[in-house]
Amino acid sequence: MIYNIPFFAVIILIAVGMYAVIFRRNLIKIAIGITIVESAVNLFLITLGYREGGVAPIYTNLPANVVIPGGMVLPVPQALTLTSIVIGVAVLALMLSFVIRIYQYYGTLDSKKVRRLKE
Amino acid sequence: MLETTGGYWSPIVWIVAFIVAFLMAYIMWGMGEKKHAKGEQEKPFLSGQDEPSKEAVHVRAGNIYWGFTETLSGYYDFMKKIHTGIINDYVLWFLGMAAIFFLAIVLPGVIM
Amino acid sequence: MNVDWLLTHSPALLIAIPLLAAFLTPVIDRINKKARDAFVIIVLIIAEIIMIALAWDVFTGSAHIYTMGASNPTATIPSQAAVPIRIVLEVDGMGAFMGLISTTVSLAAGFYSLAFVKKETGQGRYYTLLLLMLVGMLGMEFTGDIFNLFVFLEVLSMASAALIAYRFYYGDAVEGAFKYCVVSSLGALMVLFAIGLLYGQYDLLNMAALAKVIEYTTLDKIALVLLIAAFAMKCGAVPMHMWTPDSYTVAPAPITAMLVAASQASLYALFRICFSLYGLTLDVTTVGIIIIALGLLSMFVGVTMALPQKDIKRLMSYHAVSQTGYMLLGVGVGLYLLGKSDFDTYGMAAMEGGIFHIINHALYKGLLFLTAGAIFYKVKTRNLNEMGGLAHSMKFTTIFFMIGALAIAGIPPFNGFASKLLIYESAYHVSPILSIIAMLVSIITLASFVKVFHSAFMGPPMENAEAGEVPKSMIIGMAILTVGIILFGLFPGWVVSNIVHPAAQALAAQAGYIGSVAGGA
Repeated sequence: MIYNIPFFAVIILIAVGMYAVIFRRNLIKIAIGITIVESAVNLFLITLGYREGGVAPIYTNLPANVVIPGGMVLPVPQALTLTSIVIGVAVLALMLSFVIRIYQYYGTLDSKKVRRLKE
Repeated sequence: MLETTGGYWSPIVWIVAFIVAFLMAYIMWGMGEKKHAKGEQEKPFLSGQDEPSKEAVHVRAGNIYWGFTETLSGYYDFMKKIHTGIINDYVLWFLGMAAIFFLAIVLPGVIM
Repeated sequence: MNVDWLLTHSPALLIAIPLLAAFLTPVIDRINKKARDAFVIIVLIIAEIIMIALAWDVFTGSAHIYTMGASNPTATIPSQAAVPIRIVLEVDGMGAFMGLISTTVSLAAGFYSLAFVKKETGQGRYYTLLLLMLVGMLGMEFTGDIFNLFVFLEVLSMASAALIAYRFYYGDAVEGAFKYCVVSSLGALMVLFAIGLLYGQYDLLNMAALAKVIEYTTLDKIALVLLIAAFAMKCGAVPMHMWTPDSYTVAPAPITAMLVAASQASLYALFRICFSLYGLTLDVTTVGIIIIALGLLSMFVGVTMALPQKDIKRLMSYHAVSQTGYMLLGVGVGLYLLGKSDFDTYGMAAMEGGIFHIINHALYKGLLFLTAGAIFYKVKTRNLNEMGGLAHSMKFTTIFFMIGALAIAGIPPFNGFASKLLIYESAYHVSPILSIIAMLVSIITLASFVKVFHSAFMGPPMENAEAGEVPKSMIIGMAILTVGIILFGLFPGWVVSNIVHPAAQALAAQAGYIGSVAGGA
């Protein structure tokens, strides 16, 4: 049971992030919401690779009497998460720079007023 | 030559047929009576008014399909209402469609 | 360096060359502007040539496999492992077909950009991002690894978002880019979540190896829902299409043409997931009906929203949504019939129609967006009400626009007719209503392009516009796509049997996709 808690945290974080993206009207809060969803997905990937009592998957630095490979956590999800974090940083930086420009040209961060393009 | 399940489609044949039909129409048109030389025609009679210039009668884009959009105004009003241009609504549509797909694909398997 | 070596390594080269060139471009930009322009064009031409050679080899022979980082690139499974653990590029008929579209549209957009962005600042970075977009598209289309698909999807989305905001001083360009960025990053996160669900069950990321063991459990179904929703949104299916007109309208015209190809890369991913990853394990009837319904909605809503638009690029963007509906309808009918007895006749014809329509649409919608850009270049407005009489001064643009408009409306003998004919005939077999709606949409398409032609090109000449034709490089860009339209229109039989049929066959035959990587289905 205790090892399922991260999965509940993933669901809650996704819900929180989605709430921010859908119901918050401030563009910066929308960007924050996306970052929260992204953290949730990263947590999900990391949790997938965890094994109870597992050690870091470094062959040259293994403690004694570790079963190979059952005693190690999975390395692939960590590689995926690392990639995903890097992408997330780029997305966040790009979105925030858009927000800066939008504030320059519209004078507001309210998503209900940033709608020159519609219909 | 493109074979389809019900027949075939060949653009070359179509172009040849088009040219033949065009030539026939052109010849028939050429055999008609040549009544007027250029410049002889009368000006159109518009209740005694002068004919307005071409610039004044050019229909602008916003008015071209006025009748169509006016007839379907109920549909178009609804469409304008849902195309809000607010980013929150875009995400809501995405989640709503994901929920519909969920109901259609996952739910039948869970219930049965 | 002989031809065989080039062909073997071409999948990797096609991604590596534009990727390295993208980051060399700002360096060359520092030294000489003309050299940078020439460099970008040469890279695009090289990519096009390699792509044609690779595609020809795939269409006449078999799928190309390339294992990244292996000493022998054709050995997908290392000797000490039971499954593919390296990143594998897999270029089958469908991937090569989509790659052809991406490189051709990028080449046309590259030529067109030379004059179009001449007066803007930051051109070095513009071309960097343009090449990165090409990398993203080719990567999505070539990769056989589902996590790699996500990475290239993000590369494509970020490069596109930055380019949509390229002319940020218009203000609304940044708004369109922000909307695009929010929906595409959320969609990509859903894709990543689905990848996590699949990886958690099967410990696999390779699509062919996954397809071999996938069982269609409840978790697989949830992953399928997320993948379909995300990729359907990225290709602009109604009612998740609203970002499409917003971002297409404000992007520079050559970028809009590339965004059309980018949306089709997402469409490709959608089809790849449905056909090659899940294949017959999924409930083809339900998923087929969902895709057909999305297609019908996209066709109808897209075209009716296009009709009253006053902004020329916004009108064309709604047509892009509507035309995507044709592809979804054609391939959806194929998916609906997959595994049923009618598949070999009607299902195959529907898929050929849908896939043929992808390349046709990329050619003529790209061309139409480029002509809209040419109009904007001269008139400095996108509002149709303020245009008129452009045919007096822009003869080439007028001819290109007429060809594009007739092709999109499905008027014979242009290419749009051939693919629509295939879709009409085969969709009629599933339900006559589908064909009737498709034909109705075609008629309204013609009506709205008559409106554009009438208000932009006909009538008395404008007083305040610069007279004269657009620069030569823009004409070259448009001419590349026009030549494609005319050739595809005149020889549809050759194109369908030699290019489209192998692509449809590659999608339909899941066993071939699995067998080429994972060794036997």
